[in-house]
Amino acid sequence: MAQTTEQTTDMRHGSDAEHAHEPGFIRKYVFSFDHKVIGIQYIITGLLMALVGATLAMLIRLQLGWPDRVWPLLSQIFPKGYVSGVMTPEFYLAVVTMHGTIMVFFFMSYVLVSGFGNYLVPLQIGARDMAFPFLNMLSFWVGSISALLMISSFFVEGGAAAAGWTAYPPLSAVASAVPGSRNGQTVWLVSMAFFIASFTLSGLNIVATVFSERARGMSMWRMPLTVWSYFIASILGLLAFPALTAAAVMLILDRHTGTSFFIPIGLVVAGQHLSHTGGSPLLWQHLFWFLGHPEVYVLILPALGIACDVIPAFTRKPVFGYKLSVWCLIAVGALSMVVWGHHMFVSGMSPFTGEYFSVATLTITLPMTVFGVNMLASLWGGSIRLRVPMMFACAVLALFGSGGLGGLYLGNATADMQLTDTYFVVGHFHMMIGGVTLMATFGGLYYWYPKMFGRMMNEKLGTAHFWLTFTPFFVIFFMQHFLGIQGAPRRYYAFTAYDFLRETRLQNTIISSAAMVLISGQLLFLINFIWSLFKGRKAADNPWEATTLEWTTSSPPPHDNFGPHPLTVHRWAYEYGVPSDVGDYADQRVPKERVAVTA
Amino acid sequence: MSLQASAAVQQANRWDGGVCPFGAGWRTVMLWWFIISDGLLFAGFLAAYGYARLSVSNWPDASQVFSLPFLTAMTVVLLASGATMTLAVEAARREEWSTCSTFILVTGLIGLAFLGLQAWEWRHLIADGARMNTNPWGAVAFGAYFFVITGFHGLHVFTGTVVLATAARRVWARRATAVGVEMVGLYWHFVEMVWVFIFTLFYLL
Repeated sequence: MAQTTEQTTDMRHGSDAEHAHEPGFIRKYVFSFDHKVIGIQYIITGLLMALVGATLAMLIRLQLGWPDRVWPLLSQIFPKGYVSGVMTPEFYLAVVTMHGTIMVFFFMSYVLVSGFGNYLVPLQIGARDMAFPFLNMLSFWVGSISALLMISSFFVEGGAAAAGWTAYPPLSAVASAVPGSRNGQTVWLVSMAFFIASFTLSGLNIVATVFSERARGMSMWRMPLTVWSYFIASILGLLAFPALTAAAVMLILDRHTGTSFFIPIGLVVAGQHLSHTGGSPLLWQHLFWFLGHPEVYVLILPALGIACDVIPAFTRKPVFGYKLSVWCLIAVGALSMVVWGHHMFVSGMSPFTGEYFSVATLTITLPMTVFGVNMLASLWGGSIRLRVPMMFACAVLALFGSGGLGGLYLGNATADMQLTDTYFVVGHFHMMIGGVTLMATFGGLYYWYPKMFGRMMNEKLGTAHFWLTFTPFFVIFFMQHFLGIQGAPRRYYAFTAYDFLRETRLQNTIISSAAMVLISGQLLFLINFIWSLFKGRKAADNPWEATTLEWTTSSPPPHDNFGPHPLTVHRWAYEYGVPSDVGDYADQRVPKERVAVTA
Repeated sequence: MSLQASAAVQQANRWDGGVCPFGAGWRTVMLWWFIISDGLLFAGFLAAYGYARLSVSNWPDASQVFSLPFLTAMTVVLLASGATMTLAVEAARREEWSTCSTFILVTGLIGLAFLGLQAWEWRHLIADGARMNTNPWGAVAFGAYFFVITGFHGLHVFTGTVVLATAARRVWARRATAVGVEMVGLYWHFVEMVWVFIFTLFYLL
């Protein structure tokens, strides 16, 4: 009890101190403790990193779409990567590696998990801020060091890391294996260490906040699905990332102190017999995927949570099967920790182990399908308002369904033997952790932009942006599934040398052209984002007539979110389709005397 | 908080919001999750060690390499520091701050003693020819795993002693709370518990 009293005094004390003197520019916008500012900082950083990641994607597609074209201009920009206008294979590997790393860790994790997570969790549970605001600020600044390091790795001797975002040894462990394995890989590992530290701090904060900072009446079963998804994703991150930390420490030691955790005996690289003995590259794969698989759920669960909260605001009815959806999220989270082996079916795994990992992986399909069907049923019978956030939420559903189908093939060891390391895999994961998350990120940005900046984004530009994103995205990655079935291997920098792939030339050109449309389409978003900051229509407090708590405060919310008085929550997050004095909904603060509580 | 109010809170469901579940503040909740996460770091190292050890037939025989009496002494020393830490937490609950401060200081000193013993053990093994990438007893991975796992644990003990020193000073100056001391205790017991696993899995097996 003493603890609770202490905290209430703490909080009151904090808000007094704040009224006394307004923080200056630096404390307000740069080294801010405010979870909303930190969330937006994460989002902006992540979007900037996405620009880098997208540029790299463009280089990849130029190469694969037109493998024998000469690019004099690119030769001037990347003198070492393009020798007399032709991309070198080593540079291609570095580009692929950095594209994956940046998009997974520095775009999706920053914008979707840390960005929206920081912004939304305290607002949606009715808290004044994160549990530990200073730690929150620290996590952002450690995170930006990590992002800067990752970018700087392009400029070190040998260029950026080239062993893939999965950094498999021995390629990542032996400096002579590939130029990117010299200093680039070291910088990559150090940057990841900072990233893990930052992500852990942020995860600790989200978990502790959801546990302890919920407003009175905000029971666990009244939390919006967004909060649930961040809660579970943060726990997953805390449980899974340490395995990568351990692996990264061992890989750094292998690279610099002559140990052989991951380097097998008798390895010959570039004609040189290595003196290392006794390690196992498979050990890295186990440790990496023990993180790597939960990590994709760390990204995709918030995407699904956001879609679930956007949909009811535009169908004007509650989400279907709220409690079941929560249990599905929990089940998926738990199962995601025990299926990592499905990334390693071709590693010489015992068939019995493979069978286990297949069955466990396909078991995930059950809660995921239930969740997807719940989302579909949430549309059923609604009076749909097809605004931009809703379009993106529907795109989440579309990609989740079609991308998920590919997972059935890959989760099955027998089918995976054929499809592994082909473009089928590339198509599958881009639809899931690339597409579902991208669509949810855009949906979330259009949806919460008025709350964040107090202005609406332009609807027409947004609609155009939606079609220029969703259509080419679907074309690209749907087609890549077929490339994979034809046997096109991933990570090859050109398919010109293989007879059986000569037929795929046209497919690759179409995919590359679609990719150019996709990337150009993002200009509309950029223009809309910046233009609306200054010229957008002023946003009301609750422009979408939604029920969750963030819409009950002003746009943008004040530093202490809901003012000095503690708020009380009276109902669940989805009170739509009920007559009330504001229309057909009741926000979570409306007492039951005014509008009947349905859940 | 008045008696009635606290009774009212106790009656309401602790998960209903407005109060912290488990009767613990966010600091304690956060520390518990940190401990779980940090524990999994050691789990990662130990799992890797298990993987490496099971895949070779010439893993060195622990009884040949290590002196079991010496290691038992190390373990007893560390566990003794756990006992004094518990006494410190008890003293903090009774608000006997000088007793508490003394026990925290004693805990830290025992922690340093443990580090001294570990340094002695390392020196001894290095003198026998153990290195990160070689050793005279068998599988090469032995040295690497030994130094990494015990080194990481030693680093945690060292961090712990720094935390203990800070805590002792704060308690002495009456600037600490019982909950704060309890949290220091949580971390310290975690470091001990990790040692129990290392002792069992690395030295005894």
